[in-house]
Amino acid sequence: MDFPLPDQGILARRDLILAGLTAAVGADRIIADEDGRRAYETDALTAYKCMPLAVALPRTTDEVAAVLRYCNANGVKVVARGAGTSLCGGALPAEDSIVVAVSKMNRVLDLDFANRTARVEAGITNLAISAAAAPEGFFYAPDPSSQLACTLAGNLAMNSGGAHCLKYGVTTNNVLGVRMVMMDGEIVDFGGPQLDAEGYDFLALIVGSEGQFGIITEATVRILKASEGARPMMLGFDSAAKAGMCVARIIGAGIIPVAIEFMDRPAIKVCEAYAKAGYPLDVEALLIVEVEGSEEEIAERLAQIAEIARPLNPSSVAVADGEEQAARIWKGRKAAFGAIGRLSDYLCMDGTIPLSALGQVLEDITTICQSHGLKVANIFHAGDGNLHPLIMYDANDREAAHKAELAGAEILKLCVSVGGCLTGEHGVGVEKRDLMHVQFSDTDLGLQMRIKTVFDPQWLLNASKVFPLDVRALAEQPDPNAAHAA
Amino acid sequence: MDDILKPATDWELQGMVKQLAARNLSVELVGNGTKRSVGRPVNASMAMTTAGLRGIAMYEPTELVMSARAGTPLSQIEVELAGRGQMLPFEPIDLGPALGSYAGSQTIGAVFACNLSGARRISAGAARDHLLGVKGVNGRAEIFKSGGRVMKNVTGLDVARGLAGSWGTLAAMTEVTFKVLPMPDDTATLVFTGLTDDLAVELLCAAMGSPYEVSGTVHLPQTLAARLLHDDLRMAARSLTAIRLENFPRSIAYRKTRLKERLKVYGPPLELDQESSLKFWGELRRLSVMPYGSQTYLWKISTAPKVAPLLVNTLRRHMDNVETMYDWSGGLIWLEIPASADAGAADIRRALATHGGYATLVRADPAVRHGVDVFQPLNPAVERLSRGLKTVFDPGNVFNPGRMYATM
Repeated sequence: MDFPLPDQGILARRDLILAGLTAAVGADRIIADEDGRRAYETDALTAYKCMPLAVALPRTTDEVAAVLRYCNANGVKVVARGAGTSLCGGALPAEDSIVVAVSKMNRVLDLDFANRTARVEAGITNLAISAAAAPEGFFYAPDPSSQLACTLAGNLAMNSGGAHCLKYGVTTNNVLGVRMVMMDGEIVDFGGPQLDAEGYDFLALIVGSEGQFGIITEATVRILKASEGARPMMLGFDSAAKAGMCVARIIGAGIIPVAIEFMDRPAIKVCEAYAKAGYPLDVEALLIVEVEGSEEEIAERLAQIAEIARPLNPSSVAVADGEEQAARIWKGRKAAFGAIGRLSDYLCMDGTIPLSALGQVLEDITTICQSHGLKVANIFHAGDGNLHPLIMYDANDREAAHKAELAGAEILKLCVSVGGCLTGEHGVGVEKRDLMHVQFSDTDLGLQMRIKTVFDPQWLLNASKVFPLDVRALAEQPDPNAAHAA
Repeated sequence: MDDILKPATDWELQGMVKQLAARNLSVELVGNGTKRSVGRPVNASMAMTTAGLRGIAMYEPTELVMSARAGTPLSQIEVELAGRGQMLPFEPIDLGPALGSYAGSQTIGAVFACNLSGARRISAGAARDHLLGVKGVNGRAEIFKSGGRVMKNVTGLDVARGLAGSWGTLAAMTEVTFKVLPMPDDTATLVFTGLTDDLAVELLCAAMGSPYEVSGTVHLPQTLAARLLHDDLRMAARSLTAIRLENFPRSIAYRKTRLKERLKVYGPPLELDQESSLKFWGELRRLSVMPYGSQTYLWKISTAPKVAPLLVNTLRRHMDNVETMYDWSGGLIWLEIPASADAGAADIRRALATHGGYATLVRADPAVRHGVDVFQPLNPAVERLSRGLKTVFDPGNVFNPGRMYATM
């Protein structure tokens, strides 16, 4: 992976820049020492590390504005950071950059249950929003597996999903407004407490812009009343293809469960050892299907789903026998990455595919990994085709690491070739930056980069990410027809 | 519309835009033209319709996804979906009748270009929430694509969703890909009667705050209820506050009972069965209680639900003969006012400055739409960004010049 060469002029002026930042927000907001900065040198994509010039930990929107204003005036690059749980290197610093972490800005500002909105500071963790709303029986719907740690700011930057977004949508569907600090320090509000602000849909562009447009410090999100109850059932099959058919038939029958999760045999084994959830160990593919409602509604829905599955001869059908087992079933699923991580280093892929291609794609993934001599476990959101193949390798073996990267790239290309995409919920970051050519034409990339330029004319925000370095000139491409007209 | 460009392919459209841009000409971009009178009057050299770009390109019911050429009539799409027991979850509203045009003739491209959502927006999300991918041609005569056909996709910027609600000012969409959902097995409606606006919005918010997945929340004051075509409800001769349940029959029976208990302080509701419900909500989808009239203008106001009655009270202090329909549990106000020189814009904008929200003038004479801000005026930062976005897509101002904002 290539990175732009650091600006030697900036590196040489480090002391001056530190002094400037300290003057802007005070020494207690700036981390300059090596040990302190070390904690920010990487995110959850630990294969990449880089020490930033300094780290700023602002406590208010005005402090974020002061930091950005200074950096803008002095041409210093900025990498925004929430909790640093990005799986694609979204929060990886550059050597000549300042990390601005919003994790200290984590207050709930307003809970409005009549309007069903929460206004929060963006550094709040995902789960803390739901926790704050829980006393009234409300919750914030998007639920990435890292929800205990990850911040809303990071969720907004990556447009994060989660297991339950089959029913409730992803981040972009659950955000009504943001307060964002632009690179020049200007504070701008987009949207607000109401639905569907007219005018250009800047929220659509900002959510998922991977920290390249500005730094979000506050947001208004939708909160929903929790259902009366929820219960998962487990359906085991002797082939992945049958599990895929079962998903298609459930949806085809007009039933949209709140979640449909898939695990293959290697993943089941590891997760069962970790969570003791009662997953069947003798199946090739397991579906976790969750429905919501009252006791009777849940029973009726689950019975319908079991009936739909029956012609596919599931090798096991089991409904969670109570709250405790339901919690363990989800614990195993949500901890899957961590549980596999205890056994082996792995690369987590995040491509999405059309469901009809599922059986073939899973076979091809196995073939790809075998051809590189690597093992793979598959865990994913089956309802929406968002795959998470975990390619296992030994990080101390450079050759194996390289092979894992090659296999990962082949898998993502496969996803695009069947009509899917490179990333369903983790983001592009550095990890998939150079694969963007596979999905987009230069015209498409140019259009996106010119939009980035509108928000960040000097390309100071998270600049080395998302867009391949070899097409950066397209960000400035003049109008072809204007030249013609002249 | 005789003298109108009608490309049949993306490449033909691209060629036309190239010619227009090279000659510094602009074009009014329409689907079937049912909403030409929304927005500021477009001062374009000629018109272009997407009606020649027609047909369903892909439909996978088990993946809940469809792609259609932008000029495909919405009616054709809904028939196709209904054949497989599916629907557009956001229940796109049909402004045709309110604008003096026909119902049922808008195109799918226009639904997304104008981000048109109906009553189910409150539970299912807006049109833009269901837009997964777009192919189109921008003002630089470039064919581009964004998004795709899968539900979860965070690869690059969400340009597709960013085009929703841009009213044809950024690009000509040629194909849209969107999420669909199964139709509910059954539908029922509880209609509470005789409530004031305040109490009605309180009730609707309480219903949305229940765990029973209410999928429609609307309040019609008595004067508007009297305009309904639905005989039973019109003849109730009272204000109507309706909440809709959609699910399988046993669930609806259960949830109806629970909601009636929970909301019993508002009085016993009328109950509509499936057929009666479909008639009522279908009528609202065509905005039948706000019909076209040359003596009245129409505004659409989006605000925080519980603010809505206060906002309307403020407006009533300044304006006479105001009619209001509340949707989205109060968050959407359709406001009918007597025709006037500024369409009440000054009063409405002032009230919104106090209470918060966005107002769009949906129906007024061209001279009025030329003179006032039709869309919510922008703060300087958002105006600068809007201008930047327009320039990214359409630097030569080829598409719908001035439709949303006078200087863009």
